[in-house]
Amino acid sequence: MKILVAVKRVVDYNVKVRPNSDSSDVELANVKMSVNPFCEIAVEEAVRLKEKGIATEIIAVTIGTVQSQEQLRTCLALGADRAILVETDIPVEPLAVAKCLKAVYEEEQPDIVLMGKQAIDGDNNQTGQMLASMLGCAQGTFASEVSVEEGSIAVTREIDGGLQTLSLKLPAVITTDLRLNEPRYASLPNIMKAKQKPLATRSAEELGVDVSPRTQLLGVELPAQRQAGIKVNDVAQLVDKLKNEAKVIS
Amino acid sequence: MSILVIAEHNNQQLNPATLSALAAAVELGGDIDLMVAGSGCQAAIDQASQIACITKVIAADHSACEHFLAENIAPLIADNASGYTHILAAATTTAKNIMPRVAALLDVQAISDISAVISENTFKRPIYAGNLIATVQSNDAVKVITVRATAFDAVEATGGSATVETLESVNDMGISSFASEQLAESDRPELTAASIVVSGGRGMASGDNFDLLYRIADKLGAAVGASRAAVDAEFVPNDMQVGQTGKIVAPDLYIAVGISGAIQHLAGMKESKVIVAINKDEEAPIFSIADYGLVADLFTALPELESKL
Ligand SMILES: Cc1cc2nc3c(=O)[nH]c(=O)nc-3n(C[C@H](O)[C@H](O)[C@H](O)COP(=O)(O)OP(=O)(O)OC[C@H]3O[C@@H](n4cnc5c(N)ncnc54)[C@H](O)[C@@H]3O)c2cc1C
Ligand SMILES: Cc1cc2nc3c(=O)[nH]c(=O)nc-3n(C[C@H](O)[C@H](O)[C@H](O)COP(=O)(O)OP(=O)(O)OC[C@H]3O[C@@H](n4cnc5c(N)ncnc54)[C@H](O)[C@@H]3O)c2cc1C
Repeated sequence: MKILVAVKRVVDYNVKVRPNSDSSDVELANVKMSVNPFCEIAVEEAVRLKEKGIATEIIAVTIGTVQSQEQLRTCLALGADRAILVETDIPVEPLAVAKCLKAVYEEEQPDIVLMGKQAIDGDNNQTGQMLASMLGCAQGTFASEVSVEEGSIAVTREIDGGLQTLSLKLPAVITTDLRLNEPRYASLPNIMKAKQKPLATRSAEELGVDVSPRTQLLGVELPAQRQAGIKVNDVAQLVDKLKNEAKVIS
Repeated sequence: MSILVIAEHNNQQLNPATLSALAAAVELGGDIDLMVAGSGCQAAIDQASQIACITKVIAADHSACEHFLAENIAPLIADNASGYTHILAAATTTAKNIMPRVAALLDVQAISDISAVISENTFKRPIYAGNLIATVQSNDAVKVITVRATAFDAVEATGGSATVETLESVNDMGISSFASEQLAESDRPELTAASIVVSGGRGMASGDNFDLLYRIADKLGAAVGASRAAVDAEFVPNDMQVGQTGKIVAPDLYIAVGISGAIQHLAGMKESKVIVAINKDEEAPIFSIADYGLVADLFTALPELESKL
């Protein structure tokens, strides 16, 4: 069974992001970039499926600038067998990413596409659903447990009310939630080995995909900042403040 | 302009988040229709028809809509989308699952989780866990949008009498099926709708200790939430997680107990009106956004708080 894993290069989750000098975009100069945490979980799940003898090949794919090769190498070090960079210089939206992934899917014919449920920069939570829609296949979003069966896959999903388990026909697109697994760290020998693994570069034009944006970012701003309030001395003062100052309890 | 809002419901009752999505639709202006797709959902259809701001309810009561499978519902929405300039739903896990699939069928870029309407094609939405707010303009003919419910005040649930149009043909795509679910049952208010939320973090140290919070919650009529660390440690189930990847809440009062205040947690609660933090570490980042901070051991502070309420 072949697994395609889509990964995104994003600002590391520990970085405190700011608007750039003219507030037209996020300041991305000299900030640490990483694999989107949800995508790391997707890679880990693919590697576990390979370790269980269910998956035979793992292909990591990203759509982005040439710098995204760095994140693909990370995926190779974590256990992907080969990688594909679909190179573009413009920031691509989920719709365009899904179209590129569809083109790669058609060439590779994987049984499962694993991806993150959301990228922690755009927080869109769209790409997997869009890809499944374009492929006309089933989707298992926000997965906290997956188990592959003959021709189908059972996916437990984290939903607002609790957990829901679906049975999906293969091929299917699975998007990962945080509790699906805990990703491993790449070992030094594996990081060295990853340098030798194949990494192909394609372009959106070559794949016949129109990636021109449908939306325009007009600006970014900081949200209204909350001021720190006061420290109360004890529980009695806290209750008094909540009753008589904030008037939120009676 | 003509707007289609997709109702969220459990076949019996509309989810109040839908009333907030309708509020965003009212800000956009124009005629508003509300689609209720479900199975055995007459009660939800009846409720929907009483909402004053809508023109028409579009009802699909069909077994293929049971459990709201995206594979079946998305084509139903897309097939009935013609004539609408905007398709909206509250940003619940159900809509997050379905709406991008609708957008792809219509070949448009969806706009997720809007927190403000600037004009018919321009919206504000939080990015980077709410650390920044982006203003985005859509150039697509149809705007497919999910709405952050806490950012819009609910419209009136009654006072209207909309006509109901019934859709007969719903396809079961046959590629996905429901197997089982484990839904949280609680007598306490729903987290996203409660006016008071009491949340516990890793500092609670065990699931049993959450009883300290439940007792306070019951005195206040509050819902109980948790940080990711508390959910990961299996103190409490996932549906209680507040944050970037959990629920977004904005109650009148949010009490964070044994929670450090990581940005991913703040993303889910920093729009609360009044924030209280109880933490034994006076340097904990949660204090920088708390209106009232109490530096104390929660195991002494919580029983005392309970007794004083
Ligand atoms: C500050 C900011 C400014 C932006 N400016 C512009 C702009 O000016 N013009 C414009 O057109 N767009 C712009 N964008 C869009 C941006 O470049 C992202 O492409 C968009 O946010 C993608 O959504 P997402 O990653 O949140 O998708 P999600 O749907 O949240 O991603 C879910 C999953 O999809 C997969 N995925 C997503 N992207 C990729 C990828 N590139 N390669 C492989 N897999 C992927 C991953 O598995 C990921 O976990 C901007 C975004 C931000 C945050
Ligand atoms: C991609 C991504 C998404 C995430 N999404 C979310 C999310 O949606 N929601 C979320 O919450 N987190 C999320 N996180 C995790 C987040 O970064 C933090 O790890 C998490 O919020 C920490 O939880 P905590 O505050 O309970 O634990 P900790 O950070 O460990 O804090 C525990 C606090 O309890 C205090 N404490 C301990 N004992 C006591 C005591 N006896 N009395 C009083 N105080 C005590 C300590 O001083 C400390 O401040 C996400 C992380 C990533 C990478």
